[in-house]
Amino acid sequence: MIIGSIVNGIVIDHIPAGRGMELYRYLKLDDMECEVALIKNASSDKYGKKDILKVNEVIDLDFDMLGYIAPQITVNIIRNGERVEKVHPKLPETITGVLRCKNPRCITSIEQELQHVFKLTDREHGVYRCIYCDTKAEKQSLV
Amino acid sequence: MKKDLIDIQDLSREDIDELIAVAEDIIADPDKYAEKCRRKKLATLFYEPSTRTRLSFEAAMYELGGQVIGFSEANSSSAAKGESVADTARTVACFADIIAMRHPKEGAPMVAARSTHIPVINAGDGGHNHPTQTLTDLLTIAREKGRLDDLTIGCCGDLKFGRTVHSLIAAMHRYPGVRFVLISPEELVIPEHVRTDILQANNIEFLETRDLEAVMPELDILYMTRVQRERFFNEADYIRLKDSYILTPDKLTYAKPDLAILHPLPRVNEIAVAIDSDPRACYFRQVLCGKYIRMALILKLLGVK
Repeated sequence: MIIGSIVNGIVIDHIPAGRGMELYRYLKLDDMECEVALIKNASSDKYGKKDILKVNEVIDLDFDMLGYIAPQITVNIIRNGERVEKVHPKLPETITGVLRCKNPRCITSIEQELQHVFKLTDREHGVYRCIYCDTKAEKQSLV
Repeated sequence: MKKDLIDIQDLSREDIDELIAVAEDIIADPDKYAEKCRRKKLATLFYEPSTRTRLSFEAAMYELGGQVIGFSEANSSSAAKGESVADTARTVACFADIIAMRHPKEGAPMVAARSTHIPVINAGDGGHNHPTQTLTDLLTIAREKGRLDDLTIGCCGDLKFGRTVHSLIAAMHRYPGVRFVLISPEELVIPEHVRTDILQANNIEFLETRDLEAVMPELDILYMTRVQRERFFNEADYIRLKDSYILTPDKLTYAKPDLAILHPLPRVNEIAVAIDSDPRACYFRQVLCGKYIRMALILKLLGVK
């Protein structure tokens, strides 16, 4: 399968196979007017299979959040057809307004307009806990 | 910067030692502290019932010469009209100098703390945290044993859902020579995160067992909790296990003569009334310690010397 290379934009590589669409939705790529390609199950020497996102426009990205979604992701910034930057996102110390606490006993379940905030409690294993009730975040709990 | 107490781990070991020293000084010379909080007000915002904790906070503030305002059930506050915790806290901060909050939702006191400029004390947020109970336990142990290090601490009963046990382990593991003996039915062992994140991560010596009497001779402290029927999926298991952890005089036969028996209370039947007259039963002295340590905490958070 051939997907044309991009001139100015980003390539998000090494997305775990099957999670490309989740990232596509999180980044709201549906709303973009430029060319966007989601490649699923591309072969990868390192991981066997991977997903790739190509966006033919340089967009603002929250790299830390990408690190949370999948720590092995790499982001390539392309300008004039050349890669000018390669970013390995890191896990952010806190994640605000992105994950939802699913603990029904947590104050976030009733308090009006209270932002859901998670803190990194174990960098090695990428564990985040709700700052209010210490419930562990589930990877699938993106807002 | 204002200080709050939301989680026992907000306090360093030095903070805890300082609070215990102040509490000891209050016990030794209460008159010295009788006017320390004159013209200061404590707001007790209790969204669910409490006997010991609320009265303890109120007695503490009165003994410091301060005053108390507040409510003791959600129905008598604007929460019944749907007011948020943040708005209630902001409102109360216009009238009071410090807040003690109990709420059924986990994290509610943190929301209050983040919404106001006055100190907030977590007086219990659901099954999550109850740091002033832990401070109470620490003062009791310090007074009964004369130290907080080099102790074998037995925790018995519901170690899975018992928040006081988790907080006690979180606070006590920082003292050298502390060893834990965790006595519970298989169904109610300590949660994995306590075992891995606190005990194993800090190389703390601990033993998990089902047999209270077998380990009794080793214990310096026995921290009893209630085995809760509602936690069992299988009624037969509950019936089989419940009496294993009722402390009766015969189970103390091989206990150390200076064992200290603690319980966060209320008890149901897990400590026989016959134990109450044993000098090793500390749980009612523990209640009194709760008042003194809360006095020390109020002084600390208000910045009163």
